[in-house]
Amino acid sequence: MAKLKARMPCEEMLPFTFGTVKLDETNLGVMTSVMALGEDAALSSALSDAHGVGFPKANRTLGNAGGPRCIWFGQRQAMLIGPAPDDRLQVYAALVDQSDGWCAVTVEGEDVEHVLERLVPVDLRRMHFKRGHTARTQLGHISASITRTGSQAFLILVFRSMAASLVHELSQAMRAVASRRGNG
Amino acid sequence: MRIKGKGLVDRSDPVTFRFDGRSYDGFAGDTVASALLANDVKLMGRSFKYHRPRGVLTAGSEEPNALITVGAGASAEPNVRATTQEIYEGLEVRSQNAWPSLDLDALAVNNLFAPLLGAGFYYKTFMWPKAFWERVYEPVIRRAAGLGGLSGQPNPDTYERAFAFCDVLVIGAGPAGLMAALTAARAGADVIIADEDARPGGRLNAELLEVDGELGHVWAARAVAELESMSNVRVMSRTTVTGAYDQGTFGALERVNQHRGGRSDGAPLECFWRIVTKHSILAAGAIERPIAFQNNDRPGIMTAGAVRAYLNRWGVSPGRAVTVFTNNNDAYRTAQDMVAAGVRVAAVIDSRADVRSTGEFPVYRGAQVCNSNGGKELESISIIVNGKSEKIQTDCLAMSGGWNPTVHLTCHMNSRPTWRADIQAFVPTEGAVPGMSTAGACRGTFSTHGCLTEGAAAAREVLAALGKKVSDTALPQAEDAPYNLAPLWAVAGKGRAWLDFQNDVCVKDVKQAAVENFRSVEHMKRYTTQGMATDQGKNSNVAALAVLADATGRGIPQTGTTTFRPPYSPVAIAAMGAGAQGKGFAPQRFTTSHRASVAAGAPMIEAGLWYRPSYFPKPGEKTWRQSCDREVNHVRNAVGICDVSTLGKIDIQGPDAAALLDFVYINTFSTLKVGRVRYGLMLREDGTVLDDGTCARLGATRFVMTTTTAAAGTVMRHLEFVAQCLRPEWQVAMTSTTEQWAQFAVAGPKSRELLNGLLDAPIDNDNWPFMACGEVSVLGVGGRLFRISFSGEHAYEIAVPARYGEALFRELVARAEGLGGGAYGMEALNVLRIEKGFITHSEIHGRTTAYDVGMGRMISATKDCIGKVMAARPGLVVKDRERLVGFKPIGAVKQLSAGAHVFAAGAQASRENDQGYITSVGFSPSFGAYIGLGFVKSGPERYGEVMRAVDHLHELEVEVEICPPVFVDPEGRRARG
Amino acid sequence: MRLDCPICGNRDRREFYYQGDAVMLERPAPDAGAAAWDGYLHLRANLAGETRDLWQHEAGCGAWLVVTRNTVTHAIHTVELASAVKEALR
Repeated sequence: MAKLKARMPCEEMLPFTFGTVKLDETNLGVMTSVMALGEDAALSSALSDAHGVGFPKANRTLGNAGGPRCIWFGQRQAMLIGPAPDDRLQVYAALVDQSDGWCAVTVEGEDVEHVLERLVPVDLRRMHFKRGHTARTQLGHISASITRTGSQAFLILVFRSMAASLVHELSQAMRAVASRRGNG
Repeated sequence: MRIKGKGLVDRSDPVTFRFDGRSYDGFAGDTVASALLANDVKLMGRSFKYHRPRGVLTAGSEEPNALITVGAGASAEPNVRATTQEIYEGLEVRSQNAWPSLDLDALAVNNLFAPLLGAGFYYKTFMWPKAFWERVYEPVIRRAAGLGGLSGQPNPDTYERAFAFCDVLVIGAGPAGLMAALTAARAGADVIIADEDARPGGRLNAELLEVDGELGHVWAARAVAELESMSNVRVMSRTTVTGAYDQGTFGALERVNQHRGGRSDGAPLECFWRIVTKHSILAAGAIERPIAFQNNDRPGIMTAGAVRAYLNRWGVSPGRAVTVFTNNNDAYRTAQDMVAAGVRVAAVIDSRADVRSTGEFPVYRGAQVCNSNGGKELESISIIVNGKSEKIQTDCLAMSGGWNPTVHLTCHMNSRPTWRADIQAFVPTEGAVPGMSTAGACRGTFSTHGCLTEGAAAAREVLAALGKKVSDTALPQAEDAPYNLAPLWAVAGKGRAWLDFQNDVCVKDVKQAAVENFRSVEHMKRYTTQGMATDQGKNSNVAALAVLADATGRGIPQTGTTTFRPPYSPVAIAAMGAGAQGKGFAPQRFTTSHRASVAAGAPMIEAGLWYRPSYFPKPGEKTWRQSCDREVNHVRNAVGICDVSTLGKIDIQGPDAAALLDFVYINTFSTLKVGRVRYGLMLREDGTVLDDGTCARLGATRFVMTTTTAAAGTVMRHLEFVAQCLRPEWQVAMTSTTEQWAQFAVAGPKSRELLNGLLDAPIDNDNWPFMACGEVSVLGVGGRLFRISFSGEHAYEIAVPARYGEALFRELVARAEGLGGGAYGMEALNVLRIEKGFITHSEIHGRTTAYDVGMGRMISATKDCIGKVMAARPGLVVKDRERLVGFKPIGAVKQLSAGAHVFAAGAQASRENDQGYITSVGFSPSFGAYIGLGFVKSGPERYGEVMRAVDHLHELEVEVEICPPVFVDPEGRRARG
Repeated sequence: MRLDCPICGNRDRREFYYQGDAVMLERPAPDAGAAAWDGYLHLRANLAGETRDLWQHEAGCGAWLVVTRNTVTHAIHTVELASAVKEALR
């Protein structure tokens, strides 16, 4: 019998580099919306017990790339990334599979803050927005989740259907920033 | 004329550019204005109304006369100030508002008609005959008067926008701004300093004054270098802060590449910044004002500070025999600097009699310039001294009526400036903009020492507010000369004395406005056009209102100023809207089947941000109708496939999830069994229909709601409103899963046959009856199956995680084609639902109620819900409301059109006779005719009535019969089969 | 214009959706009568000065907010979570 072939949201569009900045798709594996129902503290300890990361405070992430990660995603909501959610979490939270709902890209390089300041109305400079910080905001007109993953790297999530627009917006900003560098 | 050894231009870097087709030489660091003056070109433009020959008046962004068009073709940019445009190799600029040439402007004839063109001329002169205004007068006037023109082609340039954040924004990089930035930055504050000039330093670059024992421009360059080396500072040159907005937001225009040619692909011309700051320090400097006297607009007459700036910064003397006309002591610097540079100063004419000024030049005290002579260039001036007239030969008159602090930004949030009599000028009002302090010339402090002191003081205040330790920064030594002036706005006399050079507004125009009772400064402005266009009266506002004050017998503070609004200087719409052109206008949302649909040749249409296939053409089909008809028949007779992923899907969970649904839908969901789907209708609180859709119960406390594509966002917001604002005590959580699932309608008599070829466990009518739902395995992939129908046929919607969407779509379409069906698009989908009388937002368009669409009885009597109370208002349930019906054409004309209104047969098609309207139409292949849905007064009671449907837009009149809105299978047998 | 979202911090106006008067929190009982419902849905004082409005941080955390601000001075006085304001009303 035929098998259904999977396709990534940015397939055939990425990666590319302009100037010092590189854009590539990031496969995050399983992603689960974890929405608190009841006591937040109980949910956090259940998450810790099950996956080793608690429920993050607003605008923060817990865990690291590779291992289980929990990115704050909105009011009383986080995105658990990596493991399939433990069933026991259902006592404290509504769990929704979002593994296919979001397009994830990593944008990184020396001028990455300059690229994002052309698109995002939030101060993402390192002194204010450190590793482990995250923001729900807009990238251009696109609703986005933006997380700093390194001194020169950000993880950006937008709705899957807007992958092409995300790539377009980022490429425009990357070209403009690269052109300034060319001007010396 | 270039003066040896003077100026800050780079003499080792010659640059060639073209003005009106002729080649000129300059140096790196020159502006178009300084380079033209160096080449003894004084005529740079023609005035707005009278086409008077004009030269450069100023040396900055306030320039009213020397407006040029930069570049050619589609990217040509009009109304650029020659005083701010830097030259670069290959730059091409043109003069404006002159034909056939700047030197020989045919429309200079307007100057002869000047008596007809005074204040408010277009309100008086071109009145009759009335019809002539639009067709004759206005086009002629528009052609004759004006500034530069746009190319009329799409702008090929790239613009960008950006956001920046800081603790303190310093606006202006003169002595006050630089000192403020240094003080704040050295204490570790997060600083942005922005200056409109290519070279920060402000007047320090234009004067020979010393700071700490070195020339001001050297100190400024050192300060800028220090700031640029600090990681907590962003120095933004060529950046004009254009507006002050709420909560510490500022707009700023950066001219990224206006000063160089040959931009690379993607390089922006300009960048519009939105800067957010906790504190701001305005150090915007001051603008010198001219003095009005007869023919004071002749090329060669400039402000005194500008003449000095051309000499000291650009090494250019605008004349060989310079005269100075002043009412203050500052302008003496021009004479002194000229003499020091070896330029002859023919005279200083000081309007003050009681001063004891001297210099290496003749000084006429208590004297006034009353006229200028010459053609297109100044040759001499006439002065009155001790009641006697005298003529002085001069080719450059430097005039100064004093300085106006640049208060504009302090007024952008509705504050009015304060009049200071000692300097005869307006200064910022304290607290005008929250978080903003002012320093230096923009607050009326004109000495270098004063500017440095105030800059440091403003920064220290900010640092204290930020809780930062103030470092001990020693104040540099600088001059502290007093500034003395006696007011002189306009020299008495006949003839035209210009106040507003750009708009050709003279002293007599302002007086005329007052005579005609336009005494309010705002009325005077509109009546005379003073202070309009690109310079917004930067040179003329105070003098004009001083003349108005005099004419109306009031003081200047009582007369007041006009309102300063953003932007401070012109900003191209392209820069403000940067990023929003083309694909940046709105995000595009693509379904997983997009590529397959496009590959199949389907024209894609926009549905909100989504793109959906209109129809799937097959070889031999010549019109969309042929494709649409075939696709409808596929669904009615075999099986059709349609991507319905764009419908909103909201996962709702929690102990109170059912309660929430009962509250937002008019019907009940708490009674819905797990594994079942129910149709629901939602109202707004005012009783109008908000949206409709199906909702599936996946578990005891878990539902998946479906919304229409159009209202997905609205419904999500509505649910969050209800959960957070009305029922925060409920335990319920929700999130959109629209993007997680690729969902396809599989519709038609052969739908189950098709699905059973894909599902790992086959279904039948018993285990998967109408309105059943559940989890399935599709070719090994976990998915969801809903037995719902938007076509009236035996149909399903099958969902898989989006990564498999494209593959499943291709598989479904291939199998459907094997069964005599295929993919169908929006056109067929629309026909199928009209045939069944299913509503969309064409019907629930924001004015219809549940009663209107025939669902009034669905409103549960046993529970409260949003909109229930208001939907019961008598006016919303009366029988003669416009209610949902079907339409069939029965006369000679077989076409129906959405938007047509219906009238009783024989009644005139007028508003009073209106009985309803058609909302949706489609050609039904099942009937072989057009059918429609719509609303008619007392609709369901008028089935069988023949009415007129009239569409004035399409000039279509059709005889229609009112019928029930369900055309196909009214008993609903097919969907259950 | 910027608002201090109690969850996300100081953010640009573009991230927020504006609804209208915060009286929308005080939904009348179904039998409260026509006048109460009319007041709830339609009657607004439209004062120049201090207003209390509902906003949603739609492009941020999603929280509904009660914003007290001055329409004359444009000053923002308080930004509170609507859910907390509503709980306090009960």
